[in-house]
Amino acid sequence: MRIDVTRFRTAFFEEAVEHLATIERGLIELERSGGDAELMNEIFRSVHSIKGASGSFGLNDIAEFTHGFESVLDRLRQGQMRPDRALTTLLLRAADILSGLVRAAQGGGAPPAGVGEVRTELESLLSGSGGAKGPVPVREDGGHRKEGSRFRISFRPGRDLFRSGMDPLLLLRDLENLGTISDVELDRSELPALALLDAEACYLAWQLTLVTDQTESAVREVFTFVEDACRLEIVALPDQAGPVDLPAQVERRTPAAESSIRVATEKVDELINLVGELVIAQAMVSEIIDGFSLKRLGDLRAAIAAMARNTQELQARVLSVRMLPVAMVFNRFPRLVRDLAEHCGRVVRLEVLGEDTELDKGVIEKLGDPILHLVRNAIDHGIEAPEERLARGKPAEGRLRLAAYHEGGNVVIEVTDDGRGLDPQKIRAKALERGLVKPDETLTDDQLHALIMAPGFSTATAVTDVSGRGVGLDVVRQNVESLNGSVGIESRSGEGSTMRIRLPLTLAIVDGLALRVGGQTFIVPLLAIRESFRPRPADLKSVFGQGEIVLVRGEPLPLVRLHRQFGIGEAVTDPASGLVLVLSSEGTSVGILVDELLGQSQFVVKSLEQQYRRVDGVMGATILGDGRVALILDAPELARLALLREPERDALCVSGERA
Amino acid sequence: MTEQISGQAVGGEQFLTFTIGAEEYGIEILKVQEIKGYSAITPIPNAPHYVRGVINLRGTIVPVVDLRARFGMSEEAYTKFTVIIVVNLGRRVVGLVVDAVSDVLNVGEQDVEPPPPLGVGVDTGFMTGLAKMGERLVLLLNIEQVANLEESVLQTA
Amino acid sequence: MTRTALVIDDSASMRQMVTFTLSEAGFTTLEGADGQQGLSALGRAGKVDLIITDLNMPVMDGITFIRQARQLPICKFTPILMLTTESQEARKLEGKAAGATGWLVKPFDPEKLLQVIGKVVR
Repeated sequence: MRIDVTRFRTAFFEEAVEHLATIERGLIELERSGGDAELMNEIFRSVHSIKGASGSFGLNDIAEFTHGFESVLDRLRQGQMRPDRALTTLLLRAADILSGLVRAAQGGGAPPAGVGEVRTELESLLSGSGGAKGPVPVREDGGHRKEGSRFRISFRPGRDLFRSGMDPLLLLRDLENLGTISDVELDRSELPALALLDAEACYLAWQLTLVTDQTESAVREVFTFVEDACRLEIVALPDQAGPVDLPAQVERRTPAAESSIRVATEKVDELINLVGELVIAQAMVSEIIDGFSLKRLGDLRAAIAAMARNTQELQARVLSVRMLPVAMVFNRFPRLVRDLAEHCGRVVRLEVLGEDTELDKGVIEKLGDPILHLVRNAIDHGIEAPEERLARGKPAEGRLRLAAYHEGGNVVIEVTDDGRGLDPQKIRAKALERGLVKPDETLTDDQLHALIMAPGFSTATAVTDVSGRGVGLDVVRQNVESLNGSVGIESRSGEGSTMRIRLPLTLAIVDGLALRVGGQTFIVPLLAIRESFRPRPADLKSVFGQGEIVLVRGEPLPLVRLHRQFGIGEAVTDPASGLVLVLSSEGTSVGILVDELLGQSQFVVKSLEQQYRRVDGVMGATILGDGRVALILDAPELARLALLREPERDALCVSGERA
Repeated sequence: MTEQISGQAVGGEQFLTFTIGAEEYGIEILKVQEIKGYSAITPIPNAPHYVRGVINLRGTIVPVVDLRARFGMSEEAYTKFTVIIVVNLGRRVVGLVVDAVSDVLNVGEQDVEPPPPLGVGVDTGFMTGLAKMGERLVLLLNIEQVANLEESVLQTA
Repeated sequence: MTRTALVIDDSASMRQMVTFTLSEAGFTTLEGADGQQGLSALGRAGKVDLIITDLNMPVMDGITFIRQARQLPICKFTPILMLTTESQEARKLEGKAAGATGWLVKPFDPEKLLQVIGKVVR
């Protein structure tokens, strides 16, 4: 049987990434605290695991590099070396190289620079304290062969042979695989009287002659597992030919990167059970419908209800398969924070909380960059240099906290620093300069803080350090919004800031309300809906003859006519005969005019972007029960569109009506 | 095109041909994923006029381009012969609304001529060549270009 | 009659390779990511025909697993292979003492695996 080992590489690359994260986090902890036995074991185990697997999958560059790395860690683990700064720095570099090698193997790129150099450094450490072992043998095939050798073999196993799970017949069969066996003698001399016989012990012994093209060591190899528990004699009989070399061949192939999820077997078992139940429920329904009479209506109802329960459960479980711990993102930060702090001349202590919080895989994958942006911002512009901190009566060491937790239907991720905080006056001055606020506008501090995320603000200069460089916080906002999330800011001048990213638990499903505008159906996420009502004519006001306002219990809200915004004909145009749905998000509220509400349900969110592109005011699409596609509205985006200055909104309306 | 010697069909390449009005067009058969009867299209706000909307193709949301509109021809009501040709361009899947599908044509290298200059107003960028098969004249489409819905293209469209 | 094998390794890719190879060879496979999970899998499955276990694992290491498994009546004569590396000569002896039938040296490929399995399973 020939099995292509490259097929297992995808799984290897995935776990390698996890091991690399463990190694890096471990090394940083080691540097910080000196580490304990368990920590060193953990690091060692990860490197060891990469080494064992990479060699088995034919990834020889990785296997060879990990060898020295592992040996140094082994010395460290056994207390033969001390984890001083020089050593941890070297080990971190080794971790980087290893990470680069894994990436190169995965993507088919060039190996990282410095492989040989770091390897030599690691090896010199080893020779300094006892000599490195040779490189890893990658495969054990090939070898020496001899034609037609004859051996006389005497094999007397120990009494405990069976108790180690070994079967002597297998050894004989193995010998037979090497050549031809003849002159077999069974030695029963040790067999006791039946009354004394221990049925679990081995009393037999054999002598035989083997004609084979293998060497004596290959023959001896058959007995490796029992060598220490038997008496073995192998005597070569005359007539031997010379050895033949058969070099080993190692196949190489670069697999395409695949997106996959590792799922715990228990989760899969649960799914299989649920599908089983579903099949049974479906069989029940079929059975009731065959030869259906009204008498069985109750049964049918019950069977369909059972099926609905199963389906729902299945849906929830299937979605949970996509959930991953936020630790996947957080894990890279201890290292990044260490390097960034060093680079910026700061002393920073990182705290990480709630890393077990789970998020959809799709969200996790896109979260790295926004968080990195915020962390970099906090270290570069938030946390002060040690002298400055001391002068302000703060401890020299700055605190940076990464936290994740659940709140409502959302997951919140916070980046908090105890640095200098945002300066509302500087923001205001900058915003004035950029034309983002009018001179006579009065804004609260929170409103001013929010401006740093506005497009066109942060591209100019950083807030916390007006003379500094731009940090692109609007990019963070855009990234997070593309995940249907939002970013909030809380800051106190001189005391620090908290950047709060709020994300939906899963991208794949939304509790929503279906509504109709003209001939079209739209979905609005339930979380965004505050209320709905039929406005009286007196509740409606127009502004400058263009913008419209609806009064909701006296509170004026911008009104978006969906039919106009999206250019839909044959819709209700008189608000008093339609309905106004009030949507709220991030403190902004907006009323949207719709024809009627159709009902509430769960909708699977599908991407529009994948095949088409992003559409303003739309977060995705879903497929309705009848197979048609319905667009899912993006509440924050609609609210934002409603707040655009009139000319901009007009431009959108015009292009909307063109379609 | 003349340089391209196909290995897929003996003596040439296979094209799926379809009609729009009296004109006949061809798409490389390897790019065609399936042909689908006309089904309800959900309009997309603020899309170019030739993007009719999106359809549900077994769970994937696929944009649909009306080729009449795309080529700036007069628009006609959809009939029972109206079909959607679903093309797979590797990264993207796009549906194309055409009047009717004709057949599959073996086009030899010698049958193809480069697109003729057609003067102002006719975008020959959509064409890769002109296949002459006896009396028939088939316009071979540069389908990547026709079905390109990248944002940058859409904005200038 | 299909044979059942239990594969214990904290590395999912190694488990994948071993179980895939075994299933190609006609085994039904059970998996565990550490010794503890291996023991509970044994508890659920009852008797298995072959056990392959890694040594270096979190929670419960392979040696402890082998020792405990050998105490179980259902595992008294079950072949147990341990996965070691060439640098773990001492562990090999330790494993043998704990009751392992044999070992397989990492790195290995499916052919090598089948060859070694052939040594301990009919």
